[in-house]
Amino acid sequence: MKTQRMDQLIGAHPFFEHLSQAVSEIVSGCGENQVFEPGEYLAREGQAADHFFLLRSGRVSLEVSVPGKGALIVETIETGDVLGWSWLVERYRWVFDARAVEPVRAIALDGRCLREKLGHNPALANELYSRFVRVLADRLTGARMRLMDMYSAPDDTSSDVP
Amino acid sequence: MSLSQPHPRPFRVCAVSDQLEDTWTVELAPADGKRVVAAPGQFNMLYAFGAGEAPISVSRIHADVLAHTIRAVGRVTRGLRQLVVGDTVGLRGPFGVGWPVETMSGGDVVVVAGGLGIAPLRPVLDTVARERSRFGRVQLFYGTRDRASLLFQDDLKTWTQQNIEVNVIVDRGSPDWRGPVGFVTQPLEAATINRSATALICGPEVMMRFAAGTLLRKGLNPEHLHLSIERNMECGTGQCGHCQLGPYLVCRDGPVFGYDAVSDCLAIREL
Ligand SMILES: Cc1cc2nc3c(=O)[nH]c(=O)nc-3n(C[C@H](O)[C@H](O)[C@H](O)COP(=O)(O)OP(=O)(O)OC[C@H]3O[C@@H](n4cnc5c(N)ncnc54)[C@H](O)[C@@H]3O)c2cc1C
Repeated sequence: MKTQRMDQLIGAHPFFEHLSQAVSEIVSGCGENQVFEPGEYLAREGQAADHFFLLRSGRVSLEVSVPGKGALIVETIETGDVLGWSWLVERYRWVFDARAVEPVRAIALDGRCLREKLGHNPALANELYSRFVRVLADRLTGARMRLMDMYSAPDDTSSDVP
Repeated sequence: MSLSQPHPRPFRVCAVSDQLEDTWTVELAPADGKRVVAAPGQFNMLYAFGAGEAPISVSRIHADVLAHTIRAVGRVTRGLRQLVVGDTVGLRGPFGVGWPVETMSGGDVVVVAGGLGIAPLRPVLDTVARERSRFGRVQLFYGTRDRASLLFQDDLKTWTQQNIEVNVIVDRGSPDWRGPVGFVTQPLEAATINRSATALICGPEVMMRFAAGTLLRKGLNPEHLHLSIERNMECGTGQCGHCQLGPYLVCRDGPVFGYDAVSDCLAIREL
């Protein structure tokens, strides 16, 4: 089987679509292929967020553990998505657990290595921040939509009393 | 069916099946034995004795039997909940402009359903599944509240077998759900959509606005985008003006509209 180079894998992932050659080289240098079995954690709440992941296949659930209720799934991350922006937010700690629901193939990107480079590489910073902002905006919109609980039945305003 | 059809016609209840705790499907056949012709996306005014009438979409068309999937939300729909097999119910319709099934032929189709919005889309998906070779790639994106509120599960399986790409996503996860959790625009955003596909959307208006926005951002031709607007109505025959939407009356000119016709009105808070 022909193995693809890391820069080819990264270039083929939707999150890094149309990435410039120069930035692609830097990002690729921080990437590593990983696989996760169903039930395996990619990240644990509160732990150091030193990585983010490009999902090449599979599904990951973002979970929060609620006493008495177990793990509640707040969202799933799918093939083609990016997982994790905590590596960009100071304190650099994962906010949720991230667990493989199905077998997952991912590229783990070393956030610490990229963080160091962001400060003195504006092209890299611009590429990463603009891509993450777009993802954040989409997820925030999705979360706000779900907060509305719009598929539930409307309040019954009718009265049986004449 | 004439828009001025003033009197309900008697229909016999041939089957009643529960879908969810508050949602069920009732199948009706004309009691007078005369034919009934309905198109996917059309609706009927169903009369609940002593409570009044409500517009309900046709959720399946099978010869002379029309299915209606109803959620009990108020006086009329709760009245309709009392119907049992063998009862007679008054029906006016079918009314309105349905989905553009004929113009979809030969091309790709994207169907986006939210919650109970899957009901008026089911006859289109039935048609596509039955006449599969007439259509290109067919993608269904169905967003619903949670696993427990998933409608038409058997149909979802049948459609998948007919090479319809079924993407279900729920707002809220639960231990018995292993599929995607998120808002319906998320899988839509991630999917490859043919710009010349015909897109059909039905669901809560906010969901329709955002789903339409996602599709348009992805390059879909707005002329190929159709929405079913289910604003409250009274007469169903274009007489009373209750369901006015800008220059249109939903009952007469809709409920299915081209996106260009209604995009301005959709942003207006209350009409
Ligand atoms: C073209 C069309 C097709 C429809 N198809 C279906 C269908 O297939 N199945 C189904 O269950 N319902 C459908 N509806 C909605 C249905 O007609 C209403 O839920 C029903 O009229 C409510 O009557 P009621 O007396 O039971 O409740 P009401 O007492 O009139 O209302 C109870 C609550 O529901 C809200 N409500 C009423 N009508 C609507 C509406 N149209 N949209 C959003 N909220 C509403 C009210 O604001 C109120 O909060 C359709 C509506 C239209 C216009």
